[in-house]
Amino acid sequence: MSASPADAAPTVIADGLTKHYQVADKKPGLAGTLRHFVKRQHRVIEAVKAVNFTVAPGEIVGFLGPNGAGKTTAIKMLTGLIAPTSGKAEVLGFTPFERKAALLRQLTLVMGNKQQLMWDLPALETFRVNAAIYGVPDDEADRRVKHFAGLLELDKELTQPVRKLSLGQRMKAELIAALLHHPKVLFLDEPTLGLDVNAQTAVRRFLKDYNAQHGASVLLTSHYMADVTALCERVIVIDKGTILYDGTLAGVVERFAPYRQVTLDLEREFTEDELITYGEIEELNGRTVRLLVQRDTLTTTVQRALSDLPVRDLTVSDPPIEEVIGKLFASGRDQQAEELPQEKPEKAAVSP
Amino acid sequence: MDNTTTPHPALQFFRVVRRLLGVWYAFMLTYRFEIMLWMVATALPLIMMGVWIEAGASGLFPDITAVSVARYFLAVFVVRQVTVVWVIYEFEFQVNSGRLSSNLLTPIDPAWRYITMLLGEQGARLPFFVGVVALALLIYPAALRGEDGSGWWLPSLWQLGWFVVLTYAAFTVRFLIQYTVAMLAFWFERASGFDHLIFLVFLFCSGMLFPLEVLPDGMREVLMLTPFPYLLWFPATMLATGDVELMPGLAILAFWMVLLFVLNRMLWRRGLRHYSAMGA
Repeated sequence: MSASPADAAPTVIADGLTKHYQVADKKPGLAGTLRHFVKRQHRVIEAVKAVNFTVAPGEIVGFLGPNGAGKTTAIKMLTGLIAPTSGKAEVLGFTPFERKAALLRQLTLVMGNKQQLMWDLPALETFRVNAAIYGVPDDEADRRVKHFAGLLELDKELTQPVRKLSLGQRMKAELIAALLHHPKVLFLDEPTLGLDVNAQTAVRRFLKDYNAQHGASVLLTSHYMADVTALCERVIVIDKGTILYDGTLAGVVERFAPYRQVTLDLEREFTEDELITYGEIEELNGRTVRLLVQRDTLTTTVQRALSDLPVRDLTVSDPPIEEVIGKLFASGRDQQAEELPQEKPEKAAVSP
Repeated sequence: MDNTTTPHPALQFFRVVRRLLGVWYAFMLTYRFEIMLWMVATALPLIMMGVWIEAGASGLFPDITAVSVARYFLAVFVVRQVTVVWVIYEFEFQVNSGRLSSNLLTPIDPAWRYITMLLGEQGARLPFFVGVVALALLIYPAALRGEDGSGWWLPSLWQLGWFVVLTYAAFTVRFLIQYTVAMLAFWFERASGFDHLIFLVFLFCSGMLFPLEVLPDGMREVLMLTPFPYLLWFPATMLATGDVELMPGLAILAFWMVLLFVLNRMLWRRGLRHYSAMGA
């Protein structure tokens, strides 16, 4: 990253940001339909509950959480698409919901499941419209498109109708359209959704390059942990509208995975019953076993395994971040939400 | 933004509108066949022309002749081509699907996208509707030659100038009515239902089905206070005969434009607070 995030004033501020939705419930069947027609039953959903965080200039922050956690709702408030129920959203010193042109010229939102490109026309037509809207001179816009297209390995695809493009090509073209005006703040909501591995890699490389060149702040949501590990040093974990963790990516493992992964390559096969005393068995595949061992007993467990078992090879590593996050969401989420007030995530202690 | 200059706001706005018009024109041209079908769907004035030529020739209506109604309905057809507005369907779709979001995040009011979309469509329709008018005159040349003794149909430059102004005023009012009703999409899932209701009133009060001269004087005077006659009858009559009360008409048009604009902006601001950016 080109900026020094710690010293600079934040570009994105969420201060007690809250959003409540009212939704109509309808029961299935004819009776439910008639009841729904005559008198609608509403309930309030607390999508985001008083979240606090900031993003510094040049920082790339992963915004993680399961489906329905409140990530997209928070992003909608930070981009000004929806009004917060309470609390404050601030981006580059502006209140996003006021939709001041001076702010809109400096931010962008890319949604993996939505498009801004005109479906029946070549992507270049949308780029030309965006260049005019953002006041980028045509020759400068052409130069930027050429530069971006080169990085994303697009060329002739830009002159054919968008509907004829593959998903990966379309997403790359969406990125060009979204970044043509060189925004300072990027909100990326699942930008690699549905892309193949090559396209995902190209998009990550492109985003990293853009961040390095322009010092832009990025708030990224993704269900692909590879996106997060490749781009983000810091992550914010949110679930049920509440922030569970805000800190370094490495810290997620430290905090939420108080165990190490021990992989043993043995000289003969063992049963689960014979190995269970060494730790939680994650995988047993022939003569190879993968165990989760509590950190405080790691040394004694490894010593015991080396003396009791015919070990050919032994590896100790951190568990994959995907598994840690997955476990975090899957187990005891309600308990975590209570135990982990977002202002003091460092006091949290969660079992995997 | 880096490496960009800031042109005069007016020049910047002109560049945006020009670019949007170009893109929408290109967009609409990809639907050549559909445009012909849409033309057929808006050919009601030509059907009414056939009906009213018979009625005019029968002498049942003292104020109209076969030639005068033929000219009137041809003019109505032209005005109709320029005042076709379907922004409510586009807006409703964008609100319900969350597609409005990407428009909200660019520093121009989304209304300009819809206006240029409709103007681009008019450009794409132009060759077709000129052809249809030429064909209608070929089939019924009396409308051009004036075989009822009224002489050739040669509108003056004054008439033509005002016809263009009044036609685009009609487009503006029609757009404002529909775009204002479209704002209800923020609260109701199917705002277009309201427009169907308004279209019914429009059919009967705009001069689409009959020239308003056939109505009793009192009823016509009341009708002239509503926006509907100005959507078709007023500009069409300007082209057909030039026999309209221009200044009172302009004043009423201006009143409705201001009222609808204020209402539109009010609903827009309130509606945005209801917008949930669904699916986005």
